Amino acid sequence: MPAIEVDALRVCFGAVAAVAGVSFSADAGEVVALIGPNGAGKTTTVETLEGYRRPTSGTVRVLGLDPVADHRELAPSIGVMLQGGGTYPVMGAARALKLFASYYDDPRDPEELLDLAGLRDVASRPAKRLSGGERQRLALALALVGRPRVAFLDEPTAGVDPAGRLVVRGIVASLRDEGVCVLLTTHELAEAERVADRVVIVDHGLVVASGRPAELVTAAEDVRFSAPAGIDVGSLGAELRATVSETAPGEYRVGTMATPALVAALTAWLAANDLPLADLRAGRQSLEDAFLRLTGDPPGDGGGRR
Amino acid sequence: MSWRALLAQTSEEVRMTLEQGERLLVTFVIPILGLVLFSSVPIVSTGTPHRIDFFAPGVLGLAVISTAMVNLGISTGFERSWGVLKRLGSTPLRSSTLLTAKILAVLAVEVVQVVVIGAIAAGLGWRPHGPAGLAIAAELLGTAAFAGIGFLLAGTLRAEMTLALANGLYVVMLGISGIMFPLAKLGGFATVARLLPSAALTDVLHPALAGGAPVPLEGFVVLAAWAIAAPVLAAATFRFE
Repeated sequence: MPAIEVDALRVCFGAVAAVAGVSFSADAGEVVALIGPNGAGKTTTVETLEGYRRPTSGTVRVLGLDPVADHRELAPSIGVMLQGGGTYPVMGAARALKLFASYYDDPRDPEELLDLAGLRDVASRPAKRLSGGERQRLALALALVGRPRVAFLDEPTAGVDPAGRLVVRGIVASLRDEGVCVLLTTHELAEAERVADRVVIVDHGLVVASGRPAELVTAAEDVRFSAPAGIDVGSLGAELRATVSETAPGEYRVGTMATPALVAALTAWLAANDLPLADLRAGRQSLEDAFLRLTGDPPGDGGGRR
Repeated sequence: MSWRALLAQTSEEVRMTLEQGERLLVTFVIPILGLVLFSSVPIVSTGTPHRIDFFAPGVLGLAVISTAMVNLGISTGFERSWGVLKRLGSTPLRSSTLLTAKILAVLAVEVVQVVVIGAIAAGLGWRPHGPAGLAIAAELLGTAAFAGIGFLLAGTLRAEMTLALANGLYVVMLGISGIMFPLAKLGGFATVARLLPSAALTDVLHPALAGGAPVPLEGFVVLAAWAIAAPVLAAATFRFE
């Protein structure tokens, strides 16, 4: 039985479908990242798994249980890190961890969690006076108090400095080693590539791709170049025997492998047409390129969709 | 219910009330200042032989309003807007345990208030004598009524609106509930004011702590009605997010 199962999930707010058809699963000891632009439906999906929302249609199961109907049975086995907020502002990390430990039958030692999350030096500082990154790490530590079998981490590295990111990555890796299923969301692709065993790319409430980061990157092998806007892509495509598209004014993509022969043919065609070549990128793409190709959206562009 | 969780949650709720200046201002400083000021300075005539005999019961009523409505309402409203209530919702802590902890914390703070305010009033010459059981019953009914109002505000309005309204109601109730001056001075308006849980509370507390005077049944009826209606309405409308 997978630790997390999402099958044809739709979640509507009024007439708007925040999640329009998402399916994926995650196993124990696996780290899965939901990535996508802001408003893609990542948080809604996670919050449905956490039991905060009911599916409009489709099903979700966590450890084989219904997150809403079986909430009491499930709550001791899940750890939740909400996207921002969720901690008492006046309470220091040590106090908050002790309080949360009282909710569970066999909690982790709050002292050990303070060290793990790198909060020892600020253990008694009220959460409202912690830095953004420290608050995130406190929220992460609070998600681990109950020894969860499934951890939901919504944007665990948002606003976290590079040193803090190392801490978060280390914690996620150790959870995987302990057999915990981790579902995290992020719009930072480099982060997903580093921590996740599998990524699920979501856009407009739909899964547009999923797989191991390396698979998605391989699938994205193509050639991109910059040249004056409006060149004859039909004629170039015929020459190269590949699809050529203008992805943005002056930005082109050739949908084929970057063989030396192809690059030679491309530059020869540009020379014959007296067109300058501003930029040429070939071979292995980053996950970011794969993401752009799949969603047509720049990831993590801050406030809302473009 | 997990007793360990209940105990930890209750003690944190009490601690958060007693360690924050703005909460102590409403629950202790304002009631005590009012008690000392009004009973020492003859601003209004109270119609009692000793001024403190009028103000002490009223301020004991005000203590309940400040803790059960103002402090509980505002803190719960902010916990809701900070996402704390939402976060607690995905822990094994049950909402019934959280509610019980909050009520126990209110009662614990009220006991401290009664002891402190009672001691200061005694120092100012107050000698209560009367059916203390009736006074305690009235304080408990008042706690249910005002906690219901606090939760009603916290569970439906934005935190800032809850803050403004709870403080506004506190001032209004302080003014027209037989705390600062006898209700009779309001003339015909007193009848309307007596429908407020605050006036009903002091209506019961005054005679109950003065001895001899009959405790008005209507005060108890109004108080009991609020004690049932407000929590029921709060429970029906409360939103955790």
